[in-house]
Amino acid sequence: MSDCCHGTDNWEELERGYRAMLPADVLAFIDANRAKEHSESMLIATLHMVQGHFGHLGPGHLEAVAQLMQVPLAKVTGVATFYHYFRLQPRGRYLINVCLGTACYVKGAEKVAQKLTEELGIHFGETSKDGIFSLESTRCVGTCGLAPVVMIGDEVHGPLSPSQIPTLLEGYLARAAEDMMANSASEPK
Amino acid sequence: MSLSAPDFYRSLADRAAATLADRDLDRKILIQVGSATCEHAAGSQAVAEEFARHLRASGRNDIVIHRTGCTGRCSREPIVGIQVPGQIPVKYERVNRDLVHRIFTEHIQSQTPVLKHILDHTGEALPEREFMFCEGSRCKGPGAGLRERFQALLETRGIAPQKVRAAAASCFGACGLSEGAPAAFVLARPEKVLYQVATEEDLVALIEGHVLEGRVVERLKAKQEPIALEFLERYGDVAFFNRQSRIALRNAGVVDPESLEEYVAYDGFKALAEVLTRQDPDWVISELTKARLRGRGGGGFTTGAKWAMARKQADATRYIICNGDEGDPGAFMDRSMLESDPFNIVEGMIIGGHSIGAQKGFFYIRAEYPLAIKRIQMAIDICKQNGLLGADIMGSGFDFDLEIRLGAGAFVCGEETALIRSIEGERGQPKVRPPYPTDRGLWGHPTVINNVETFANISAILRFSGGWYARIGTEKSGGTKVFALAGKVKHTGLVEVPLGTTLSRVVNEIGGGVSGGKALKAIQTGGPAGGFIPASMQDMEVDFEPLQKAGSIMGSGGMIVLSEDDCMVDIAKFYMAFSQEESCGKCTPCREGTTRILEILERITQGEGVPEDMDKLHRLSRLCQRTSLCGLGRAAPNPVLSSLKHFRDEFEAHIHDKHCPAKKCVALIRYEINAEKCIGCTICARNCPVECISGARKEAHVINQDACIKCGNCFDVCKFTAIDRV
Repeated sequence: MSDCCHGTDNWEELERGYRAMLPADVLAFIDANRAKEHSESMLIATLHMVQGHFGHLGPGHLEAVAQLMQVPLAKVTGVATFYHYFRLQPRGRYLINVCLGTACYVKGAEKVAQKLTEELGIHFGETSKDGIFSLESTRCVGTCGLAPVVMIGDEVHGPLSPSQIPTLLEGYLARAAEDMMANSASEPK
Repeated sequence: MSLSAPDFYRSLADRAAATLADRDLDRKILIQVGSATCEHAAGSQAVAEEFARHLRASGRNDIVIHRTGCTGRCSREPIVGIQVPGQIPVKYERVNRDLVHRIFTEHIQSQTPVLKHILDHTGEALPEREFMFCEGSRCKGPGAGLRERFQALLETRGIAPQKVRAAAASCFGACGLSEGAPAAFVLARPEKVLYQVATEEDLVALIEGHVLEGRVVERLKAKQEPIALEFLERYGDVAFFNRQSRIALRNAGVVDPESLEEYVAYDGFKALAEVLTRQDPDWVISELTKARLRGRGGGGFTTGAKWAMARKQADATRYIICNGDEGDPGAFMDRSMLESDPFNIVEGMIIGGHSIGAQKGFFYIRAEYPLAIKRIQMAIDICKQNGLLGADIMGSGFDFDLEIRLGAGAFVCGEETALIRSIEGERGQPKVRPPYPTDRGLWGHPTVINNVETFANISAILRFSGGWYARIGTEKSGGTKVFALAGKVKHTGLVEVPLGTTLSRVVNEIGGGVSGGKALKAIQTGGPAGGFIPASMQDMEVDFEPLQKAGSIMGSGGMIVLSEDDCMVDIAKFYMAFSQEESCGKCTPCREGTTRILEILERITQGEGVPEDMDKLHRLSRLCQRTSLCGLGRAAPNPVLSSLKHFRDEFEAHIHDKHCPAKKCVALIRYEINAEKCIGCTICARNCPVECISGARKEAHVINQDACIKCGNCFDVCKFTAIDRV
């Protein structure tokens, strides 16, 4: 890194450690942007990539991004906490986002949300004990014509009534079970 | 330079035409399936797969599945269009796998449309031909009168309605082309010929020539085609669509959003070619000014003036930004435009970049719109490969590049200074204006920020002239506005109408009125920054100024219909909760103001309101409005102020009588069982989550009010309306 102070500079060692914490595509992205003008403006895009890979932004991830992008950790934390889209806690396999936008609200989204909290036994912002579902609310996914809607992963479901919730969740539970079976089957014994 | 811009465009258009000619779509049966976030959610991908399977099984090569964007008819999705050459296109609603089978075997293979499932269909047989009369109210054309006479002529000649039908449609946007001269335009389908008629003789000529002899009456053919011809041709028979005037959304549901060739075939990039040929940004700006195009993001600032301001700056490093941070709950037109017609937005951005002298442009799109991001990225990549972006665009010597930056779920980033901060990689907190972004914006350089819909209009204006666009709107604002119609309305979806159209026309005629036969209470426009327009004012013309006068705003165009079942205090509280949560916290009036206003509203809906609350709400709201730093705080109290203004009695009922007139506020209602109606079926008791309903079989049940949590389950499940909400 610096040519002057070999004695105390442990940057190379640190950098190796930080690089080990992030996946290759994120590292390539950071490296590609470093030389560009206004490279610090890619912070949000970088955090999107990290969250896309890990599902959330852990303290270690934030520090690694800060160090490798050469942006103060305070700023990285500030940005990560300012935007709702970034999650600092790990989440379940399926993220359930209940739309609480206006159109969904007037069409009874609250009742759907109520049913979801009952069925899952968790509140907003929490993850079920089996690690399969996380429940969150969102402001409008832009499919108001189907209100009230719930987004599970990347899939939008609507219009929903509270009575449809159990079947909907069962479908995802079955899918999760299948995935786990497939995973354990493919692993060497 | 290898090619000049006109040559470049010609070769691009030729290539596109050749590609499309190879596909020979005119002589094939087209199965059109929508592909956008909402269509996917409704199951359009499974429908497309099912059609593909049927297609393979049939072994026919004269059938093509055509992907398009979304038409904006959300509540009926997935929508499938079937176009058989020489026949009027047919649209099916709510298509599922079973229906795919029926459509394929009955309609495509046996030529008998599945009448019952046709979009908005009344069940009558489909006509062979249709003549659509433009009856736009703007130009006061003689359309309606001519249509009646045409109908009479058909009857006297014994031509049955299933042979030829005469239909009424809204403004084609063609009136501007006739320089405002009174003339009725008639679109003949399925031949897709636009006629201009004025007299009875013309009508007779149409019947004798077009209907009886089956030839185009050249004498009456309109000189220029209207902008939304393709759209009208495909969707013109559906009232929801033909009452609209589509400019910004002209290609939505018509072109394949991922095909440059199709966009170019519908005159895409023609406007850009003209701009780069003329090399005269002042011409562009003067056309936009003549068009009276105003910012569609809600502010309503004249686009021409904004571009002129950035252009005259001394600093030569300039940026242009497309604001796709559509955060208003209840608005989804930007998403639809980005997903359904991405090349059009890209073209608008390039023209804007050229006009203000920018080298680089940014799309700022919400991370919640993955498909929109994907489509725009694809459009940018394709444009780069085809010399429409990057260095030396169209051989004109103009260098310009586009990049996408993602939002991350902060509503305040829709505010332009906050958006700039977010692109810079900072927390999206607004700055004091002035300096305005046109003076010092992104990284301190002059920056123009426009909404997606504003950019969607640019190419249309430059192709058809500013004067044409201005004639479609009102005296102060030209053109059309797209509204996202949602809430308690029968037909939800995207509605594009000329500015100056009445609210009632949008909600009742296009939207089909309030769903469930309920009475209209209010129309909310502008999202959390807007206000309520009471039903009594529904004849108001939609434009920036009248809405503002009524205490609301145009905003980005969300339009939520509220019925008698909605409590205005509750909805005001909903919006305030939104603004409070989204307040960035930088300035005190907004951070504290929204919190305290919300507290008071919560108290009122809990039945704990005190008489002073109304005055307090009013004072706090005015303070927040006057002293907040940015638009979020200044507009946040609008829902409260407008509901106080128009629905004062509801606040009074909550505070003084502890009564919620709409029976919505849980703390102020209770459920009772009407002993005379109750037959003792026990369904309510079985569905009560807290088991507070008691009673023997076949005897009237009773609710224990102390234990009741007022969830309303019993009310919903009772089949004998024996439960009253009081």
